[in-house]
Amino acid sequence: MTEVIIKNGFVFDPRNGINGEKMDIHIKNGKIVESVNEHKAKKIDATGLTVMPGGVDIHTHIAGGEVNTGRIVRPEDHVKDTVSKTNITRSGTGYSIPTTFVTGYRYSRMGYTTVMNPSMAPLEAKHTHEELNDIPLLDKATYPLIGDWWFVLEYLQKGDLEACARHVAWMMDTTKGYAIKIVNPGGLESWGFGKNVHSIDDEVPNFSITPREIICGLAKVNKMLNLPHTIHLHTNNLGLPGNYVTTLETMKALESVATDDKPVGHITHLQFSSFGGDGWGNMRSAAEDISKYINNHSHMTFDMGQVIFTDTTTMTADGPFEYTLYRLSGHKWVNSDVETETSGGIIPFHYKRNNAVNAIQWSIGLELAMMITDPWKIFMTTDHPNGGPFSAYPKIVAWLISNKARMATLKRCHKKAQKKSLLPTIDRELSLYELAIVTRAGQAKALGLKNKGHLGVGADADIAIYNVNPETIDIAKKYKTVRRAFGHAAYTIKDGKIVVKDGEIVQHVDGRTMWLDVQTAEHVKVDEEMRKRFKQYWTVEYDNYPVFDHYVKVPDPITVKACI
Amino acid sequence: MIVLTPLKKFQFPVYAECINPDVFQGKDTAEIAELSVYEGNKQKKLSDLFKIEEDGAETPTITINGDVGEVRRIGMGMKNGEILINGNAGMHLGEKMKGGKITVNGDVGGWAGGAMKNGLIEIHGNAGDYLASPYRGNSDGMRGGKIIVDGNVGSDSGCYMHGGLIKIKGSTGQFLGFHMYDGVIKVEKNAATRIGANMTGGKIVVSGLLEEVMPTFTIDNVKPKVKIDDTETAAGPFYVFLGDLAEKGTGKLFVSKANNPHLSTYEKFL
Repeated sequence: MTEVIIKNGFVFDPRNGINGEKMDIHIKNGKIVESVNEHKAKKIDATGLTVMPGGVDIHTHIAGGEVNTGRIVRPEDHVKDTVSKTNITRSGTGYSIPTTFVTGYRYSRMGYTTVMNPSMAPLEAKHTHEELNDIPLLDKATYPLIGDWWFVLEYLQKGDLEACARHVAWMMDTTKGYAIKIVNPGGLESWGFGKNVHSIDDEVPNFSITPREIICGLAKVNKMLNLPHTIHLHTNNLGLPGNYVTTLETMKALESVATDDKPVGHITHLQFSSFGGDGWGNMRSAAEDISKYINNHSHMTFDMGQVIFTDTTTMTADGPFEYTLYRLSGHKWVNSDVETETSGGIIPFHYKRNNAVNAIQWSIGLELAMMITDPWKIFMTTDHPNGGPFSAYPKIVAWLISNKARMATLKRCHKKAQKKSLLPTIDRELSLYELAIVTRAGQAKALGLKNKGHLGVGADADIAIYNVNPETIDIAKKYKTVRRAFGHAAYTIKDGKIVVKDGEIVQHVDGRTMWLDVQTAEHVKVDEEMRKRFKQYWTVEYDNYPVFDHYVKVPDPITVKACI
Repeated sequence: MIVLTPLKKFQFPVYAECINPDVFQGKDTAEIAELSVYEGNKQKKLSDLFKIEEDGAETPTITINGDVGEVRRIGMGMKNGEILINGNAGMHLGEKMKGGKITVNGDVGGWAGGAMKNGLIEIHGNAGDYLASPYRGNSDGMRGGKIIVDGNVGSDSGCYMHGGLIKIKGSTGQFLGFHMYDGVIKVEKNAATRIGANMTGGKIVVSGLLEEVMPTFTIDNVKPKVKIDDTETAAGPFYVFLGDLAEKGTGKLFVSKANNPHLSTYEKFL
């Protein structure tokens, strides 16, 4: 098999504590090894270049029913961004919702090698896997939406956590999922009746249960099952002014679940959950309150959900929130209620600099990233495509590493946002080491991926090399150079194969799909009662429901031993 | 100045956004001949498809003699200059144009003047569907300028219009002025149904027959005449309807009283 040596690069590998040391990386059979045969191995001269583990994205909507419906309703998004085929790559379209192949190519060109699709209605699991199969060059996994699934609600209502855990384990196998995703717990079930929940102690209609019980219950279940990631939580009241109170309450509620140092929850796209004020008129940033709490506690991890000023498409399982957005924007709206499982909505949205609310949102995302002092807690995402397309990541990189870049954008924002923004008071600038944490190492650690996000011996040989020389340039001043470099990786290496060179795709490789094989002592009994429920309430018979093994093109099951 | 004559009858669609006075400016015929176009999925040179000549006249900047009904995107995004087409023209003629003038002595395909910002398009024939409308799914329609059509117009014209004037001397298809925000559309003959659906502003004037007004429109009053632009007024009397009430209900639809006796039942609501 091929052997590769990456020579003389400045290596940033935060999980192993390596900060810009000049060293060689040895690759054999798609893994990182101690050493290889110098004569036989292919050499990559990385002199003067930055070497990092391949990028990891913890939250990006790239596949599934919502994404595809988003594509259908936005022909105008495709017409403005078309990609021609080359001898290696396939053609495609789409700016905010690219086609599957273009998604893979664009991520890979930025040096990303692992991405997580965070929202999959279990009923649409087959569709999601079909799309994931078609995304090349990346390893991926997907989180099933379990927070409003009837069976789970019933078990939690009864207080039978063990049965609930067995059911969740069965769901991971049935949907080929990776983590427990909870979106607006209780709210989605309510949305089936045109209602919503407005605090974590509101009762869910038809179930005598509250969002607090769902969140804490599933966090406990997550622990019982030893799942590698924590619960992946989209909070209640997301996107509404004053919602930071709910976010703080949610974090406090989870304190009781944490027993050791390990995080027990991940609040995703935190920016959308950190609004202060009590109406759109006086909406303000609550980044200060939120980050103060986070800096004093260590039971949670977060990602930014940064807003980019562009025309994008919002899509989430949070149906009631999308309805709010529809009332605000009057744009075309897709709404769905996925049977007994979840809901969904899609609205095209244009974030504008000269809109006070949008500009404050932009500021909140960066304030959180800067004011939360530990980079292992908050990661870089846009909640693609909700805050903006992932292809804008290099812009966020520039804002994170350079105060000058932030001020250049802030200067062009709405006056009100400029006045309210906390950014002028923050002079923190991330180093390349910290950048490697927020874009790969931290995300891989939070996801519990042992072989990703680092360059130690035994890790997958997923590596990104960027044309940045930390010895000769001051990244904070030359942020434009860094922005360009992070948009066009000098090399991206996937499983030991060079897939990108000088920002162009040079090889097609299929990525793997990771899913959890959770081994519990006792399995869920798929009895007549369960089949009857499927017959009564689902449009799909039980026998047609599970994602069979052959659906996943390149499967990578991860075996997990549960405590029960 | 430049005269283009098609060398053959085109069998496949030709994408020729380079036929644009701004692109031609400062180039001699040899340079113009090298401009690239697509015929079907094959990239070609402009001179492969057209005979290119130069004459001494100052205007129009570009003259096309012959049928270019398969040639799309002529004058797309043009800012100034003038194009004269003696024959039919294809889809997306003058789309997103910002200034200048296009005259067509023939029929045009869909999306003529789509999402235009300024300038003038005169069509001395019929126009296809989506006249002045943006690309599917987009809500940025025509923002200014003027389109005059001597013949009939297809369906879905003037969608998402934000400003400007469309004058149609013939009849129109369904959904004229769909989701219109502002601007004026005048139809001298008949209009098909669902006119002004979802409109939230602007004016649509129908001087001929309109079989049916959408149920989401309400009658406001009867006016003897209506102003089209600074120089023109349409003589009535007109029934004035407000709509679309499914949206804000602030758009105005003027329908000739004389040619629509069946709408007299609305008078009892006045």
